[in-house]
Amino acid sequence: MSKTLLDIKNLHAEIAEEGKAILKGLNLTVKAGEIHAIMGTNGAGKSTLASVISGKDGYEITEGTVEMDGIDLLELDPDERAKEGLFLAFQYPVEIPGVSNINFLRTALNEIKEYRKEEPISAKDFMSMVREKSKLVELDAKLASRSVNEGFSGGEKKRNEIFQMAMLEPKVAILDETDSGLDIDALRIVAAGVNKLKNENNAIILITHYQRLLDYIVPDFVHVLADGKIVKTGDKSLALELEEKGYDWLTEAKTV
Amino acid sequence: MTVVATEKMEKFLSNLVVSSTLSQKEAAEKFRDMDFPTTRNEYWKYTRIGKITNKQFTNRFDQKKDIAIEDYIVSGQYIVIENGLVREDLSQYGLDFKIVFKTETQDSEKYGLDNSHVFTALNNAFYTQAISIHIAPKSVIEEPLQLIFVEHGTEVIANCRIEIEAGKSSQSSLIYTQISENSVSCFNNSITTIEVEENAHFTLHKLQTANDSSLSVSTEQVVQKANSTFKINTFSFSGLLIRNNINILVQGENCETFMNGAIITKDKEHIDNHTFVDHQVPNCYSNENYKYVLDGQSTGVFNGRVVVRKDAQVINAYQNNGNILLSEQASINSKPELEIYADDVKCSHGSTTGQLDENALFYLQARGISKAKARKLLVSAFVGEVIASVNNEKLSDLLHVILKREHNWDF
Ligand SMILES: Nc1ncnc2c1ncn2[C@@H]1O[C@H](COP(=O)(O)OP(=O)(O)O)[C@@H](O)[C@H]1O
Ligand SMILES: [Mg+2]
Repeated sequence: MSKTLLDIKNLHAEIAEEGKAILKGLNLTVKAGEIHAIMGTNGAGKSTLASVISGKDGYEITEGTVEMDGIDLLELDPDERAKEGLFLAFQYPVEIPGVSNINFLRTALNEIKEYRKEEPISAKDFMSMVREKSKLVELDAKLASRSVNEGFSGGEKKRNEIFQMAMLEPKVAILDETDSGLDIDALRIVAAGVNKLKNENNAIILITHYQRLLDYIVPDFVHVLADGKIVKTGDKSLALELEEKGYDWLTEAKTV
Repeated sequence: MTVVATEKMEKFLSNLVVSSTLSQKEAAEKFRDMDFPTTRNEYWKYTRIGKITNKQFTNRFDQKKDIAIEDYIVSGQYIVIENGLVREDLSQYGLDFKIVFKTETQDSEKYGLDNSHVFTALNNAFYTQAISIHIAPKSVIEEPLQLIFVEHGTEVIANCRIEIEAGKSSQSSLIYTQISENSVSCFNNSITTIEVEENAHFTLHKLQTANDSSLSVSTEQVVQKANSTFKINTFSFSGLLIRNNINILVQGENCETFMNGAIITKDKEHIDNHTFVDHQVPNCYSNENYKYVLDGQSTGVFNGRVVVRKDAQVINAYQNNGNILLSEQASINSKPELEIYADDVKCSHGSTTGQLDENALFYLQARGISKAKARKLLVSAFVGEVIASVNNEKLSDLLHVILKREHNWDF
């Protein structure tokens, strides 16, 4: 029996400023070696879930728990969550002029290593790691040394996210609409990269509202997020069913 | 003039000994008849100078035998100036720069120095020495000359006076380093006149890092002749009250003028930069970039004035002022003043003020970087381009050392 890596119980969250409830009792359990897909319409709260798990400011958690590998995430700062092995590939990666991709990744990697009481990585080892991992998503090595995401195309930003994931080797990775904005070739490359990173000790949560991605990264479970909860869970055939029927039948069924 | 003002001036002057030269006696009389500006004066609108004018500075002090300058030396040639007086015994320099210490200044009018400016008048009356630095025509001097201004004592005023002449087709640079040796509420009131002659390239780096009780008003009065390049980089990293005036008269065609500033504050510091580029003739380029990072209850002022005279066609003048407020109590007053009287001119200015980008902070944190370090990364990215403009490894190392010491930065 593989161990539980992420355990979300009865999670309620609202937007702090407006008091608007977005998540209303969400449950999700993810085990090592699994790939989960979370689907739902635009505005369903998928990115909010990713933000809340990773500790972004501006959300109030009114009820519920989030544990990663037995650790209460909600008590930790965002960087500590990352140090514990959480990774979020952003739906909208931020451009940070003046901060080089490489420098910041090295800082991140060494902070993570320090937290885990490991030796810092040498400049040489780091660079060979950069070369190896950027190949994984066919990210131009030049981009790795530029300012974080500055002037990157949409596709390059998404590849950069997966490149960072490869560098940081997380336990739990949440990929928020990593497929959007990718043409079919880029999608194949990114998916192949993710598949290579996947192993029996980590877990991946794919947030998407197209089933297209799931042809390339095959999920063990597909969940539908609607009205702040997981309203349906199935295997990968659910994604095809959603593609065909849309989401209305799920929410309508609920209101009947 | 009101009686109150007179009394105030008398009080301010009470510990200052006037020199015996006729010209300085006259200058002291002129100063006595002046008033200190208030914030009603447009030029001083955002800077209150009570911290200076309420004091009774002295210009007498006992020389210190040794001064700890080692940590600040970034060049093989340097002049140590203690409270406005040159310490030849602590200085070291060769013959690259022609250096003369004089008791009389040269005619300041030709630089357009405004002698009715009260702090200029104060300097005229009380400078004890004028340091004249001449760069011979055609000489190309790799190693910068460093001037280390040391203040020490309690409520001592230093009226420094520097005269720089960068000869035709010469290339050289100077580094000013304003530091403190156990000083308390000392006041550095300095004037530098600079003539950049035809075809000359001259750079002045100014590092201001005295201490949190230091007061400083300085003016760089610059004249540029044809085909010359002048750069000034200002780094203000500590001081209670700092006012920098840079006035550049571009008198010859095909000149380039660069002004950069990185101002990093904390606590109750107040740092004010007033710059003025006067494009008097056609075909010139000027570029200004000042960045402030304000923390604590500190305040910043940026006033960038650019004048393009009627016949000064084909001028490109760019100005940028970016400000980051790290605390809710910190504030900045930023004011561009563009006065364009010619029509074939490209002028632009940008001013941004804000907090650190929350989304960028979160992005870095989500990768495992602590909030404190993420803030530093973003701040150093913000001012990094200004620090990079130094192009001198030793100086840029020193800047990082001071940033670490004063602001606990490790980038
Ligand atoms: N910071 C925020 N401020 C205001 N509203 C927000 C914020 N974040 C999300 N929302 C709102 O919450 C809802 C869920 O958004 P989101 O989680 O981005 O949905 P999804 O990722 O499923 O498309 C939407 O109605 C959105 O407008
Ligand atoms: Mg979303």
